[in-house]
Amino acid sequence: MPQASTQVPEGYVKAFFRPRSLSDAKYTYCPGCHHGIVGRLIAEAIDELGIQDRTVGIAPVGCAVFLYQFYRVDFVQAAHGRACAVATGIKRANPELVVFSYQGDGDLAAIGTAETVHAANRGENITVIFVNNQVYGMTGGEMAPTTLPGQRTTTTPEGRDVRLTGYPLRISEMLAQLDGPAYITRQSVHDVRHIQMARRAILKAFRNQLEGKGFSLVEIVAACPTNLKLPPPQANRWVAENALKYFPLGDLKVKGG
Amino acid sequence: MPKGLVVIDKDRCKGCGLCIGACPFEVLDFSGEYNSAGYNVAHMAHPERCTGCAICAQVCPDVAIEVYRLQPDKLKEGA
Ligand SMILES: Cc1ncc(C[n+]2csc(CCOP(=O)(O)OP(=O)(O)O)c2C)c(N)n1
Ligand code: SF4
Ligand code: SF4
Repeated sequence: MPQASTQVPEGYVKAFFRPRSLSDAKYTYCPGCHHGIVGRLIAEAIDELGIQDRTVGIAPVGCAVFLYQFYRVDFVQAAHGRACAVATGIKRANPELVVFSYQGDGDLAAIGTAETVHAANRGENITVIFVNNQVYGMTGGEMAPTTLPGQRTTTTPEGRDVRLTGYPLRISEMLAQLDGPAYITRQSVHDVRHIQMARRAILKAFRNQLEGKGFSLVEIVAACPTNLKLPPPQANRWVAENALKYFPLGDLKVKGG
Repeated sequence: MPKGLVVIDKDRCKGCGLCIGACPFEVLDFSGEYNSAGYNVAHMAHPERCTGCAICAQVCPDVAIEVYRLQPDKLKEGA
């Protein structure tokens, strides 16, 4: 940010700045979208661990499809839902690389459920960041498997009817039952305290891979203000008061810990 | 001199208001100035209250905020 130097008087030192692993590209997300916060936390983890030159990200299909523009690390953009399979291939072919996938709930928990479950069950040594915003954001706010009972979306205008479409999938609880995964945790970023906790979880999920511990997944219960049709501060409150009731936060599995 | 100050990148700011609500000292507000994307960008309405805690920067989804803190020796000079 070139404007900074002209605006900052002498005697002040930088205390918070954009992580090095983030590029200068502007995010393509809507105002208040939690994808942006999660993206920054990943970049901070990459910087802190000093792995920028050997990290490969797998971008999903969804609002985060342009992820490869936002980072100064290598990226592959996978077909919808296949990010865990692509990550498996890259990690197995070159175990020196640090490989992470970044996926929404439509991507990971609907079309990509099989790839996710089997990568977790095999205990692949990869890091998965799973942004659960309870909706298909990119395509216009349709119901996702994670949509809450009674929640209005463009395909459930009267609210999700569980008799017709089943119940919200608790992916993290499902995966935590398997023997394969090393670390499964659910976090949120709706206020600064939770952002700090999510930051530590993401760091741990990357460190696990460096230590060869195996499959680590951080689910982030996130807000999509656009499709909730709420101003961002109210969307954050909606997450705290509604989404977190169905998707409780905390570690679901920590192997050997 | 205040303990902290923030620089908001006007081109990145999307006027979501999350920093404004998160600041414990009510330093920030909408500026009424619109950027090229049409967003009402945030600014320091009360710079004198800023402590440099960086809570605003932590919650900014667009990573639009840089935070600066007064160096400790300058703090003493000011006291
Ligand atoms: C094979 C295939 N099927 C369907 C689509 C349409 N499609 C694009 S994004 C998307 C859902 C994305 O939702 P989610 O993963 O929750 O991410 P979000 O946009 O909410 O971040 C779908 C179904 C596609 N691009 N490719
Ligand atoms: S549609 Fe929702 S998930 Fe997609 S960028 Fe906008 S707020 Fe974020
Ligand atoms: S949180 Fe960021 S994008 Fe939102 S109003 Fe503040 S500076 Fe702008």
